Amino acid sequence: MPKELHVELGRCYRFAASHRLHSAQLSEEENCRIYGKCNNPYGHGHNYIVEVRFSGSVDSATGMIANLAYLDAFVNEHVIEPFDHRSLQDEVPAFLDVVPTTENLCIEIFERLKAFPNAKLEAVRIEETSKNSFEYAGHAKSEVDRGTLP
Amino acid sequence: MVYLTRKVEFAASHLYHNPALSAEENRRVFGKCNNPHGHGHNYTLEVTIAGEPDPVTGMVLDLKELKEILEREVMQRMDHRFLNYEVAELKGQIPTCENVARVIWNLLEPKIPRGRLHRVRLYESADLFADCYRNGAGSAS
Repeated sequence: MPKELHVELGRCYRFAASHRLHSAQLSEEENCRIYGKCNNPYGHGHNYIVEVRFSGSVDSATGMIANLAYLDAFVNEHVIEPFDHRSLQDEVPAFLDVVPTTENLCIEIFERLKAFPNAKLEAVRIEETSKNSFEYAGHAKSEVDRGTLP
Repeated sequence: MVYLTRKVEFAASHLYHNPALSAEENRRVFGKCNNPHGHGHNYTLEVTIAGEPDPVTGMVLDLKELKEILEREVMQRMDHRFLNYEVAELKGQIPTCENVARVIWNLLEPKIPRGRLHRVRLYESADLFADCYRNGAGSAS
């Protein structure tokens, strides 16, 4: 058989948070035009579903890429605790100057989770609602999109 | 390249226990999954085939054929079975989502008559799944 199998572990987490889409680099009018209802000054909220995918060798003793207890604890500490039932732009320092779109939320969560010591983070996919989802796979993903990587 | 995906569901029981570890270590590493009587899941399997549509039929692979392959290779082996005791391919392995996905990949790959197996995704629950790829492919490709 050519090449080894590549196995990834996928896990979903949920948190609820409020946000307001408003860019300090745009005028009030432009903010209103671009973000529409999402620019409501009081904010609004979502039930976010965060899907994370990690790769690594499957340990022959445990059959696991990573022990879920460790992964859950790591995600809980670095993402769920700081984000759940918070106002993203008011309570998460990363969004003080960055618009808390779900694109930016993907990037922020990827940056937090790539430090997980027991497996390699492949991608973060977030469902903002059942109709909208976003995915970020770090630097390599954009190179693949541009066709510079296979 | 077009990717087609077929989904099937099966129910099975399993338990996690490594005889090379002590009873205490098994409990510590595997937690509730180490319950000696086992427990079960409704598994959802998504199988993705990559290929070019046939110019005559417009199909990458006839879905009926894929359905029959999944029935024969996966459903008959795993549906309403105790994975540890009744699936020979899992013998000596902990039937985690990762290992079951890998076993399913190895069962299906040689049986796909047209196109090539691109991804096996096995959901153990709505919040936990494993993906399997070959050829250096991963979710970023």
